[in-house]
Amino acid sequence: MTDTTSTKATEPASEGFSLIAFFRSPAAGAFMGFVVVFVIFAIFGFSRNFLSVPGITTWVNFASLVGIIAIPVGFLMIAGELDISTGAVLPAGAMTVAIVSGHYELPVLVGILVALGIGALIGFVNGTIVTRTQVPSFIVTLATLFAVAGLTLYLSILFINNTNSFYQAPAWAKSLFGGKVFGFNSSVFWWAGLVAVFYYFLHKSPKGPWVFALGGDQESARNAGIPVRNLKIGLFMLCSTCAAFAGALQVITFNSATSQANFGLIFNTIISVVVGGVLLTGGFGTVMGIVFGVLTLAIVTQAIGFTEIDRNLSFLIIGVMLLIAVLMNDTFRNLATSWSTSKKK
Amino acid sequence: MSDKKPVLELRNVDKSFGPIDVLHEISLKVGEGEVLCLLGDNGAGKSTLIKTLAGVHQPTRGEILMDGTPTSFSSPRDAQERGIATVHQFGGTYPLMSVGHNFFMGMEPTKGVGPFKVYDREKANRIAVEEVQKMGITRITDGDRLVGGLSGGERQSLAIARAVYFGARVLILDEPTAALGVKQAAHVLRIVNEAKRRGLAVIFITHQVMHAMAVGDHFAVLIRGAIAADFRKGDKTREEIADLMAGGESMADLEANIEGYMETHDGHPPQPAA
Repeated sequence: MTDTTSTKATEPASEGFSLIAFFRSPAAGAFMGFVVVFVIFAIFGFSRNFLSVPGITTWVNFASLVGIIAIPVGFLMIAGELDISTGAVLPAGAMTVAIVSGHYELPVLVGILVALGIGALIGFVNGTIVTRTQVPSFIVTLATLFAVAGLTLYLSILFINNTNSFYQAPAWAKSLFGGKVFGFNSSVFWWAGLVAVFYYFLHKSPKGPWVFALGGDQESARNAGIPVRNLKIGLFMLCSTCAAFAGALQVITFNSATSQANFGLIFNTIISVVVGGVLLTGGFGTVMGIVFGVLTLAIVTQAIGFTEIDRNLSFLIIGVMLLIAVLMNDTFRNLATSWSTSKKK
Repeated sequence: MSDKKPVLELRNVDKSFGPIDVLHEISLKVGEGEVLCLLGDNGAGKSTLIKTLAGVHQPTRGEILMDGTPTSFSSPRDAQERGIATVHQFGGTYPLMSVGHNFFMGMEPTKGVGPFKVYDREKANRIAVEEVQKMGITRITDGDRLVGGLSGGERQSLAIARAVYFGARVLILDEPTAALGVKQAAHVLRIVNEAKRRGLAVIFITHQVMHAMAVGDHFAVLIRGAIAADFRKGDKTREEIADLMAGGESMADLEANIEGYMETHDGHPPQPAA
């Protein structure tokens, strides 16, 4: 009762702390990691066109397709769930566009909408199983990964008797979904737009905190009246729909689609999210952090050919980076929660 | 029992899960500005009783009355909307989220118009800090601070302040002091008194007799799912209550036993039974 410090006077101007807040935020680590990797690659790649237009567009174009999927994967991780079915949903989306619009010659928008619908359906199945059972989402989405991959192969043979397909989109669709501006694919601009939407949703909209609450303490979230089940199903649907959309962009950009599951994509999205400062245990993370995580991963895997660093080292760099990121995330969490004790009276 | 009209009342409530009777003939009431202490050892049925009050379980028999009219809560959300707030042992908070976010979780204040409403962080933080300070926690001055950095007592206080702010009429506190040190517990008890002063009906669940004595107006001891004793402040001494909770076995005898043992064993206490 006597430990009453002057109450109102100590009210801090929150904005004044923004720089400190930034360095405490999980995005800061991802940003600094990106800067370090970029500078090192720029030094070693200066003589080999790392900073040229093709040098930059190579990894940015790659980042855009991974990034469109990585952000919703990050949402799920913040909410305490994992989705690895994306590796099968992307080819499913790509093949759907190729079959519907290419083989059956329906309008391209119909193909894209069917692909997005299939994505949403897979997400709905994932979300429903995860929320209705006690099975961890890793296992559920591992199962749907294989189920969808198998189904895509089977249906591709059934419909077009081929596991690969070619599709030439009409000119307007090509420029909208698969064109190039100064070497940057359309997917880069779609990604930028989606980043803005996702940023608004997670960090500005009143629903954003609910996602964090799911990963923080699900029981309390339910007690606070948050529609836990529907929100989770919604996030799974968002994730699969984005994966299907990335598939649609891919087929329109490269004019071809394959029904082979893209296992690398699973690792790429999850590595990006973790390097981007999202806690594996949920409850913490930022959209901008994931964006930097994706860009860092893209530089290391795609732009290494534009530098004097041996291409074979890229996996090593990623492994080391991932470990550092996980350790840093833990440190950031401890820093963030001990904020109060350090500045108490 | 009280001249105040009870806000929440249980009449002969039974709760069984299949063949197992967990609660038996429970009758309780709590009025405005009153603290009802529910005492009971582990396994006495306290948790089931709380869950029945909070709408998680429906009673098998008997009725729940709110303001004198029979009612039933279909879900925790339903109970909450009618003013029954439950605060759990660890405060039900999200450690990696800010004070403001925790305070307004599920009821985020917004600014802006149309579909582009944004979460009003400044307003949330300001109100959260104000409300927590009103409850006497002056150490919380920054709504951006993460709750993980607060002490257990402060988290409890935050959760209680939240319940009060959102218009709770009945506050159910589930062992709020169990995991706390002496100082922190005193803090929480002060906040319980503050809630009582504001006219809330408080149901305080604990197995710490001292804490119950400090704030309670009315006590009920729960043993094996039934009310073993029901009395008002000042009717019984601390020792009598402790004896009741231990199931009739006299605490004084127990203490004497232990002391006797220690005298003959170089001051070592007896090994606890497994």
